[in-house]
This record gives sequence, structure tokens and C-alpha cells, in this order.
Amino acid sequence: MSTANPVKPSNLLATDRSMRYSFHQQDREAILHSIEHYDDARSASIDALKIVQKRHGWVPDEAIAAVGDILGIPSADVEGVATFYNLIFRKPVGRHVIKVCDSISCFLTGYDDLISAIKQHLNIDYGDTTADGRFTLLPICCLGNCDKGPAIMIDDDTHGPVACAQVATLLEKYR
Amino acid sequence: MMNAAILKSADTHPLTWRLDHLGSAPLDIKTYESLEGYTGLRKAITEMNPQAVQTLVKDANLRGRGGAGFPAGVKWSLVPMGENAPKQKYLICNADEMEPGTFKDRLLMEELPHQMIESMILVGYALQVSKAYIFLRGEYVVAAERLNRAIDEAKVAGYLSENILGSGWGMELHVHTGAGRYICGEETALINSLEGRRANPRAKPPFPQIAGLWGKPTVVNNVETLNNVPAIVVRGAEWFKGLSRGKSADSGTKLYGVSGRAKRTGVWELPIGTTGRELLYEYAGGMQDGLELMCWLPGGASTDFLLPQHLDLAMDFDTIAKAGSRMGTGLITVVDNKQNIVSVVRNLEQFFSRESCGWCTPCRDGLPWSVKLLQAIERGQGQAGDIEVLEEMTHFLGPGKTFCPHAPGAMEPLQSALKFFRSEFERGIMKTEIQNEEGLKAS
Repeated sequence: MSTANPVKPSNLLATDRSMRYSFHQQDREAILHSIEHYDDARSASIDALKIVQKRHGWVPDEAIAAVGDILGIPSADVEGVATFYNLIFRKPVGRHVIKVCDSISCFLTGYDDLISAIKQHLNIDYGDTTADGRFTLLPICCLGNCDKGPAIMIDDDTHGPVACAQVATLLEKYR
Repeated sequence: MMNAAILKSADTHPLTWRLDHLGSAPLDIKTYESLEGYTGLRKAITEMNPQAVQTLVKDANLRGRGGAGFPAGVKWSLVPMGENAPKQKYLICNADEMEPGTFKDRLLMEELPHQMIESMILVGYALQVSKAYIFLRGEYVVAAERLNRAIDEAKVAGYLSENILGSGWGMELHVHTGAGRYICGEETALINSLEGRRANPRAKPPFPQIAGLWGKPTVVNNVETLNNVPAIVVRGAEWFKGLSRGKSADSGTKLYGVSGRAKRTGVWELPIGTTGRELLYEYAGGMQDGLELMCWLPGGASTDFLLPQHLDLAMDFDTIAKAGSRMGTGLITVVDNKQNIVSVVRNLEQFFSRESCGWCTPCRDGLPWSVKLLQAIERGQGQAGDIEVLEEMTHFLGPGKTFCPHAPGAMEPLQSALKFFRSEFERGIMKTEIQNEEGLKAS
């Protein structure tokens, strides 16, 4: 084995990666503002990831190390958080994210038919993005909209009850 | 959403009476103040010392509305008070409403944000906290906007500062939004999440009241629990105890609701101890045409099923516990006779399996196993012994066997469904060749 190119320690690697990602000025300010809410900067990790995600739609690899740097915590910890929470996306998603409630009240009021209708309309399965990059489809647990099930959330909007026949018209509003 | 036929007043509906005065927008601070808003806080700070507020809430017997029913005053009594107490103490509102079938806290936060803010400051005063957080699930974007606006208004009005109403005491209040995962509703997992970590639960003891957020004394209370406090301060413990009007030994009102295939699903504030029958037939208008009630979950996915014969029980913590279930969040989910109970249980266990944090083995490995067995039974491909394995699981994943209450909660609907509807599960077990031969010999 050649010693000409020694493997770098992971912390150096992380620093290199972070240098390739620079926060948008507004995002940096938003993260610094969030840090002020807590007695420990680490608490802003989820907020920081959400701020990055709002910018790109997802959290790119390079941003993980940058978030670690701004909070003063190891990037491995940031990745641990990013991969634990289902509303943080670690791969690109479509312009609109559809979250379909699959919990008990929606299950009892027509979830099976609704999800079939959505999958058929978009021609994708859970976890997929449409070929035109418009929609990503994900399951979500109870949206607290149980009296109006079956419920779905598209981006920040909660809809319900959603009839199968409404799916096409509803999705049409999200270009 | 609320039943318009009920006349609400501050004396009878402390949580929701202000909704009747709601225009098209949630109450702004001026309107809220004109409806007795911030009078509880003002009274506590100007007339009572923190300990007196704690004693009052203990006397009122306010039990936790998040599902466990633990008395709030007792929970608070473990918090160190006085000169020698740590300077950093925290109050966290558990607004991570994610129990399937539960949709009450959303209403309080979206429509009455100032009531939430007043409650936080008042309880913050009672515990003399330095900072308070509303841990809000990420999907509740409308609630986040309205709560943040209410906090800004409260700051301008002098209710949130370093010296609140001239008391010499002050606190900060922030909305912390999450990014998913049901387990964040477990209070120690919630604290880890608020610290910016993975939401794995912590061992107890130490209890959060001694060593919680950042190792400092911390109280975690549910949205509805906290929202009761200002009215208790204004009207007193005896008034609060009288609200259940003989229906129950418990105190106060409760946000009850019905979801599933009933005629008029919704949420209503009613005296605690109202029966399931009143909820389903008087308020929700009964089952939809052509459907009958098969069974019901009294308060979320992690409560044992009850049968139609249990509908006349008072919906309070002790009565429902005696019937072998839990009141939980008090929002009932009705399962109709056209549903396949095996599929219903499979749906519930799929939820718990996906939402396991993966920290301890029985939960991480047991729950997906239960889903596989239930899916096989659902398809009619269950093996002999599968039902017995599921029954064993209700013990191996039960209370005391896992790190937190997640898996034991998951076992509640499973064990009760096996108890009440065993033949439905047996129908999904394949007959083996030996059994067939024996069947032939017998015939």
C-alpha cells in the first residue's frame, strides 16, 4: 500500500466538506437566531436542518458538516439527527411533498382506496418522485385531522376528507 | 366543529367558551383580554406566591390530559423550589399531538393561542422557571404561526419579559417545532429531541423534575392540562372539582371527540365522566347509516379496545382503567362491523412498528414481527401457533419489559382484540394437512 495518499481523519474530511457548502446569508442568520433560543446550540440542530431544507427542498451531504460547524457539534451527530426524523429529507424530493395519513381513523374512513387512487394518478409508489419532479409521495402518521379523514397534507396544507374522485383536481392546484 | 346547541360559558366550559366569541380569525390579544384573558396570570402574580399556585392545582386534582392521567400538582411538587433551587428550570408544553385518533390540542393552539401562552406563563411562574418551550409537532404549521404571533403580542403587552407584571420574576417562551416521530411525545424522548438529539427515551429515575432538559429541573405537561390552569386560578379548586357534576370522581371538563365512521365526528368540551354512549349517540349522531359499532378505542391507538357493552361507563381515568383499558386522550375511535378486526389491528401495529425509535430490542424487533404475523393471518396464511406467538408478545413487549411505554402501548389494542375477537384471528390460520386428515378421519 502506498503511503503517498494517507487516509484523512474523519474530522478533516468533515471540514473539507463544510467548506464546499456555504449557507445563504438569510439561512445563516436564521440559524444563529434559533441558537439564541436555547441554553445549548445543539438544540438548534433540527431547526438548522429545516432551514437548509427549506432552501433546497432536501438536505444535501455538504450541508450536514456545515450545520455541525455552525452549532459546534460533530457532523456525525447532525447526520444522526437528520436520519432519525422523518420530516428531514436526505435525498432530493419533488417540488411538492404529499404526505398521506395512514393511521387508524383515516384507515377506517377510506385510506386504502385513497392511497390506491393517488398512486395510480401519479403512477408512483411511496418514497418515489414523479418523473417531472413535481410530486414526492410519503406516508405520515396521524395528522390530528381525524374527524375529517381520510386526510392528507400537501406541503404545508392539510386536506380532508379527501374523496378518491377529488384527487386529480386537488393535485392540479400544486404546479 | 363544536356543537352549536351547547351554550358555553366561562363557568361551564373553561377550555373552549371563548370560541363562541371567535370571528373569522383566532383571538388577538385585545379580544382575549376582553374575555377575561390574562386575568388568571395577573391574579397569580399579584395575589399568590408560586407555592400557593401549586397547592391550588394539587387541590383541584387536575390530572394530566396527555393520556396518563398523572396529577399535575403532584408532578410539580418534585421540582426544587426556593433560594437553593437551580437558577435554570424549564417548563415544556408537550404539543407533539400524534396519538392516532387524537385531534384536540390542535384546536386549542390554532384557535386560542393566547390561552396557551397565558397558561405557559402562569405555570412558569408557579414553578419559577427561567425558560419555557412549546414542543410543537412539525406538521402543525398554522398553530406555529399563531402561537408565535401571540408570543410577540404578549411581549409587547408586558406579559413576557424579565420582570413580568412587576413581580421581579421573568421567563422566556419559545415555540420549538419538531420534525416528526411519534416517540417525541414520550416526555424523556421529547427532552432529548429538544436538546437536538435523536428522540430515544431516557431512563427514569432521575425524573425530569430533578434532572431534565440540559440536566436541570424540567416539567413536561400536555397542552390541554396546561390550558386548565388559568381558569382554576380565577375560579378556584372547588369550582373545578364541581365541573364533573357528579359524573365522576375526576375534576374538570375534558375535550372528548369521536372519529371513525360516525355521522358527525368532532371534538366537544364536556364534563369529565361523560359516557361513551353520550359521545357517540348524542354528540356524534351515532354510526353512519347501515353500520353498527363493533368495538372502540377509548383514547388513541395505545388503548385497549372496548365493546359496545362498555359504552355506558363514565369516561374518566379510573372507570375506564377498571374496565381493562385506559381513557388515554379521551378521543374515541369507533370501529364499525364492516371492518376486518385483523386488518384494523395490523394497521395499528404497523404504526407502532414504524414509529419505534429502535433503542431497545423487544420493541425494535418484536413490533415488526407482530406485523408480519398479522399480515399473514389477514391473508389467511397464518401458521398454527401464530396466535399463541402474538399472545406471548403481549407479555414480552408489555409493561416493565421495554425501555419506555411505546411497545406496551402497542400491545394494548393487540391483547384486547385477541381477547374479544379470537375467532376472527383463528379464521386466518391455514389448516395444516394433518389437521385436514384428522378432520377427514373424524367425518
